[in-house]
Amino acid sequence: MNTDLETDMKKEKATNNEPTLNGSEQVTGADALLRSLIEEGVDTIFGYPGGAIMPVYDKLLDYEDKLKHILTRHEQGAAHAAQAYAMVSGKPGICFATSGPGATNLITGIANAYLDSIPMVFITAQVVSTLIGTDAFQETDILGVSMPVTKWNCQVKKAQDIPDIIAKAFYIATTGRPGPVLIDITKDAQNEKLSFKYKKCTYLRSYNPHIPLHTKAIESAAIMINHAERPLILAGHGVLISGAEKELREFAEKTGIPVAVTLLGISSFPSGHRLYAGFLGMHGNYGPNLLTNEADLIIAIGMRFDDRVTGNLKKYARQARIIHIEIDEAEINKNVQVDLEIHNDAKEVLSHLIPLVGKKTYESWVREFRICDKTEFDKVIKSETKPDSGDIKMGEVINLVSELTGGDAVIVTDVGQNQMAAARYFRFTNPNSLVTSGGMGTMGFGLPASIGAKIGNPGRQVVAFIGDGGFQMTIQELGTILHYRIPVKIIILNNGYLGMVRQWQDMFFKKRYASTELVNPDFVTIAAGYKIPGIKVLERAELKKSLIELLKSDGPYLLDIKIDKEGNVLPMIEPGASVSEVTLNYKS
Amino acid sequence: MKQEFTISLFSEDHIGILNQITIILTRRQINIESITASESAVKGVQLLTLVVKTTPDMVRKVAKQMEKLVDVLKVFVHSSDEIIYQEIALYKVTTKGLMSGNVIDHVVRTHHARILEVSPEYMIIEKTGHKSEIAELLDQLEPYGVLQFVRSGRVAITKQVKELNSYLKEMDEANRFKPEEIESYNKN
Repeated sequence: MNTDLETDMKKEKATNNEPTLNGSEQVTGADALLRSLIEEGVDTIFGYPGGAIMPVYDKLLDYEDKLKHILTRHEQGAAHAAQAYAMVSGKPGICFATSGPGATNLITGIANAYLDSIPMVFITAQVVSTLIGTDAFQETDILGVSMPVTKWNCQVKKAQDIPDIIAKAFYIATTGRPGPVLIDITKDAQNEKLSFKYKKCTYLRSYNPHIPLHTKAIESAAIMINHAERPLILAGHGVLISGAEKELREFAEKTGIPVAVTLLGISSFPSGHRLYAGFLGMHGNYGPNLLTNEADLIIAIGMRFDDRVTGNLKKYARQARIIHIEIDEAEINKNVQVDLEIHNDAKEVLSHLIPLVGKKTYESWVREFRICDKTEFDKVIKSETKPDSGDIKMGEVINLVSELTGGDAVIVTDVGQNQMAAARYFRFTNPNSLVTSGGMGTMGFGLPASIGAKIGNPGRQVVAFIGDGGFQMTIQELGTILHYRIPVKIIILNNGYLGMVRQWQDMFFKKRYASTELVNPDFVTIAAGYKIPGIKVLERAELKKSLIELLKSDGPYLLDIKIDKEGNVLPMIEPGASVSEVTLNYKS
Repeated sequence: MKQEFTISLFSEDHIGILNQITIILTRRQINIESITASESAVKGVQLLTLVVKTTPDMVRKVAKQMEKLVDVLKVFVHSSDEIIYQEIALYKVTTKGLMSGNVIDHVVRTHHARILEVSPEYMIIEKTGHKSEIAELLDQLEPYGVLQFVRSGRVAITKQVKELNSYLKEMDEANRFKPEEIESYNKN
């Protein structure tokens, strides 16, 4: 990385804090940035240094007691780790990167956070302001590049603007529908002096996170709910974001309405609950997909009718009336035309709705879900989680981890079959327990995310299920685990294939396995190089013992489990098919 | 069915708004027919007037996505009968061509156009009106040698009674933290 020696040497001489007459201190822009972060309650930063951001990194040494910096091995890793940190801690994730390649390496992580509505503040450095626009060394128009994938972004060229812009960034990232913001700070602004004063942002004229409650709409919703005969709740990520798990449970229990969850809505409602209908979507459970097209009323809470949930829109829930409770107005009537929209925060709406709905039960309707569950168990789950012979199955591993942890662990996944299996077979008991890349489906998310999840919630066991493909996309983050001794439990579900793509080749491309088979290194030996103990699990007989070993170890641990090479995740809604055409028994 | 819509977008006067707007339209493959940027009647508020051709359903979706942008205050979508609008065009025509016969007099009178400049080589004619009227004049001038032609974006004013200011006031009231909220926010 460029060190820009001359400017650095000049500025090294002029960084003492000088008090001024009005009592506010003269500090550098870099100082102001770090102090602003401390004012916002930040204590952990994920990042990677480089030339343009060196003034900030230099100042980090002065705040070591208040700000812990985690040096990842790639900026993408920093972005994913910071996202996972935000997902488990409820605090915004903070990420630093330098200009140019440092900033562009963040993009996948920013886009991932954008699609999954994660509050994050990305700080990138920029070349000195006089060089902007000249194609200077390590200059990228990161505002332009990140614009489509950030909730808001802004460039700072003057040190005096830093506190206000940071305050605004936190306000925007954390309120309304949360999302990533990016602040690009020029190197000269980092070195320039200002008198530091911090004031949190609580209001912006053009931005309305506080929506007046539409009581008439809530009353109408209550009437629709009270008269429904086959109602179904679809709970999404919005329930977790607004902290409405308690309200959701109370609402469901009072009305007796079964609750289906989206991928990111998993853990918003306990998996073992009698009203839990299961996980929606392309590889979700049989019942909630099939019965979506049987319900007479759908109550969608904090979800956005993603195509993976709806399948073919033309055949999605045509018979049902739909109530959509959603904080982002642009999501209402975007994919699915709804009958009643309640544009507000899930918790706010549910707490006002609960007193208005009647106590009810839907015995025979709920029984239909149980019948579907039984069918799914007999045709898929039984052989997937408790096979008598043959190779180890993904579902089997996840089911065992679920049993051994009592469902109380933060589960981190990569993307693909490992992700779908984890979502399907882990029985979540606590909220905010699944860290996964939903909207973006980013392979390589799992390993760095497990680091952020553990740092964000050190008290909880963090288990990462990662495929052999995705593991190698961000394998360098083993270095971060070594560096900080982060006790994450890594389980590689190793089938020697890019499993989900191979499954699609199997199902829709006449088994023509183009570029999906992998020649893999010995992962246990690699882990050993990073001083991470590990075991290779080849036989079913060793599986449980190895998992116990993994879970009880104090430090990081890795299991490389050889999985059934050509296992398919079922059930499945094939692309273009309707939710009611969910198939249980594909045979190649 | 695709129709013509006029989008009036009021925003803070910040750099990059137009970029954010075009990203939304580009993703939906919507072409901008015309665009005008100006200040509005409210101090510090910028007004973008865009004309797009798309379906009513799609224009509603993109308008919501535009209004979601942090720096955007309010977005209005209007069909052509809900607004008073004008476009302005300039035509540079060869003087020689126009001098033949009674053309100038005819053009200026029937099209309510004006002559801005006359030189031995060319004349500059100005015409304000709707796109079709401007095109009509262009057609008529064509035989006499049009050297240059340019038409502006649309400027539009709505017929509705409620003005931006009252929307801003409502948003302002809904959006301001109550004192106790500020206190609890600052505690976090």
